[in-house]
Amino acid sequence: MTGLKSLMQPHRLVLMALFGAFVLWCALSMRWDWLPKYAPLALQGLWTTLWILVVTTVLGFLLAVPLGLAQAIGPWYLSAPARIFCTVIRGTPLLLQIWLLYYGLGSLFPQFPWIRSSELWPYLRQAWPYAVLALTLSYAGYEGEVMRGAFSGVAKGQLESARSFGMPRFTMFRRIWLPQAIRNVLPTLGGETILQLKATPLVATITVVEIYAVSSRVRADTFIVYEPLLLLALVYMVIAALIGLAFKRFENMGPTTRR
Amino acid sequence: MSMKTLMAAGLSLAALTAGAAQADQVKIGIAAEPYPPFASLDSSGTWVGWEIEVIDAVCAAAELDCVLTPVAWDGIIPSLTGQQIDAIMASMSITEERLKTIDFSNPYYNTPAVIVADKSMDIAPTPEGLAGKIVGIQASTIHQTYAQEYFKDAEIRVYQTQDEANQDLFAGRIDATQADSIAMADFVGSDAGACCEIKGAVANDTAILGLGVGAAIRKGDADLQAALNSGIAAILADGTHEAITARFFNASIYSE
Amino acid sequence: MELILETLGLTETAALLSLSPPGWGANLLRGLANSLQIALGAFGMGLVIGLFGAYGKLYGGPILRDLLAIYTTVIRAVPELVLILILYYVGTDLINKLAQFMGYGRVEISGVVAGIWVLGIVQGAYATEILRGAIQAVPPGQIEAARAYGMPALLTLRRVTVPALMAFATPGLANLWLIATKDTALLAVVGFNELTLETKQAASSTRSYFTFFLAAGGLYLMVTLCSGVVFARIEKWARRGQPSLRQGGL
Repeated sequence: MTGLKSLMQPHRLVLMALFGAFVLWCALSMRWDWLPKYAPLALQGLWTTLWILVVTTVLGFLLAVPLGLAQAIGPWYLSAPARIFCTVIRGTPLLLQIWLLYYGLGSLFPQFPWIRSSELWPYLRQAWPYAVLALTLSYAGYEGEVMRGAFSGVAKGQLESARSFGMPRFTMFRRIWLPQAIRNVLPTLGGETILQLKATPLVATITVVEIYAVSSRVRADTFIVYEPLLLLALVYMVIAALIGLAFKRFENMGPTTRR
Repeated sequence: MSMKTLMAAGLSLAALTAGAAQADQVKIGIAAEPYPPFASLDSSGTWVGWEIEVIDAVCAAAELDCVLTPVAWDGIIPSLTGQQIDAIMASMSITEERLKTIDFSNPYYNTPAVIVADKSMDIAPTPEGLAGKIVGIQASTIHQTYAQEYFKDAEIRVYQTQDEANQDLFAGRIDATQADSIAMADFVGSDAGACCEIKGAVANDTAILGLGVGAAIRKGDADLQAALNSGIAAILADGTHEAITARFFNASIYSE
Repeated sequence: MELILETLGLTETAALLSLSPPGWGANLLRGLANSLQIALGAFGMGLVIGLFGAYGKLYGGPILRDLLAIYTTVIRAVPELVLILILYYVGTDLINKLAQFMGYGRVEISGVVAGIWVLGIVQGAYATEILRGAIQAVPPGQIEAARAYGMPALLTLRRVTVPALMAFATPGLANLWLIATKDTALLAVVGFNELTLETKQAASSTRSYFTFFLAAGGLYLMVTLCSGVVFARIEKWARRGQPSLRQGGL
């Protein structure tokens, strides 16, 4: 990360030249004529991927806080369900969870005719509510476990001194415990968000048209296999890099002396 | 430790585990999804159906040593060109678009495409009738191409398998689906399909809907193409095709 | 037994899940066996790649180090589903072309082998990072002492480095194994008959989605919980004779 100078080493220059040659070869000898036709669709798909990612990480994190808290200090009737929830989510494949929610619930609809006349029906017909629900629960399950550790990791002395100053419990939670727990998880939060990004293409299997689904569509329409997939991988790499950078800046905003 | 050693290791690993497979076996790719009455998995784990029996008969007549290889439908053509399978016999229609990438044998069945929708709905199998409706179709099929070309005013939802589209029709998430007439006749005859009925065939467009279903092979695989053609011709001539059809359907699904 | 099932209203479920046809239980178990086979193979291949990768990253030349950095970065930034598709289609194509080029004729690649090699490459990237961290955590004095006694490099690896790094690597590797078991589900998307696809086929053939998906979830959960117990034992064994980490902290 020392910038330009480390990039100017001879072997890196050779590697970069090779990489450049590879990119050039890709651009010239592979087929990209489909790109203009599918560009609008791809942008729409990209937008869907991004909003699903943002919405599910935010909702999932909000859900993870009580889950972590329940496991860290809750009474058994709160901590046990929270722990079971996290274990089940982390112990089963996300693809299975998505299919269970989408097709499992779908198979129940015909038994309850009133659902179709309810106000929720227009949403239940769409695929994205199931995608958002499944991804939110999944993120909450993984992050809830992380938050448990983060809450336990806040130094006891600080909580005790806050209490001895007569700080109300909720203020103590809001001003001392939560901020420190969040700072404890920040270094892992970036990684978890990238993992969440990598989980988003699974929702294409329940007809949500995000960027992965667009590449499948190109493959289906044109029989071009590798080019859309390579471009797709590049898009995900760029998004992942941006997430990594954003979290790094975020981390540096807080006080830098740790421990 | 270089890429080369890694490759060699991977290669030897592949060779080691694959040693049992015969080199002269013909891998027939089928779609890894229930597609009754043509091909579906029964509870003992064996594939059954009209097309499975036709595959057996064609391979026997052409004296080919065939193995069924289930592959995901939307990746079945890449699997063929990527040499994971040698032929596709999965109700794949012969279309001009596909002929640019792969070759086909002669057709072994042909059926029209139909629209299926809920019984209570008044839907005509025309672009006007489907305007504003949600139409579910299977990815990478002639029906997808057709729906995208003709049903521009409908919301088109793309499924990995026809079975998933059927399931969502049953659940009421889509208004209609376009698919093969025989497969749909089987669906509306089942418990899950009791909700729905066939609303009629869509207007034919041979450029998109193709000229019947054939076995797909890699471009230039002339030997296999000739063998499959001879097998198909043989079972059509000696009545095997007719006998298999009679056991599943009450009408012929093959015409010249 | 039948009475219990009947009172719980589960007779139908039991029939659907029974091991002999018309029940689909045997299909699920066969899928589970396939999943475990691939997960084991991929995990093993990942360990081998990871060990070489970690050594390359720590002691390799600048070019090797940069190449490994590219490998781990790319694999960890691209969704597994996309990697599986790329490696599945490109990989088998490449191996076949390579084999033909080297004069072996066509290589038949079974679904299991394709699954193992695809997931193994993904696992290798994560294993590289885990093992690199673990090797760095081994006190350098121990390796220096071995070298000072004139121990050959491979023997040092076998008798000193690997046993010492086990303690540091086990938690990460346990996590990686769980990822391997769950990632096998992604092979359903390329049509490989592992547990998730078998489940979907059974569910859509019988229209009993809840029954089968819940049953499969139970199977996956069982694998996870059993693995947890096994890895806890391995970790305890790997840490034998070491002071408890709770006081020190990593």
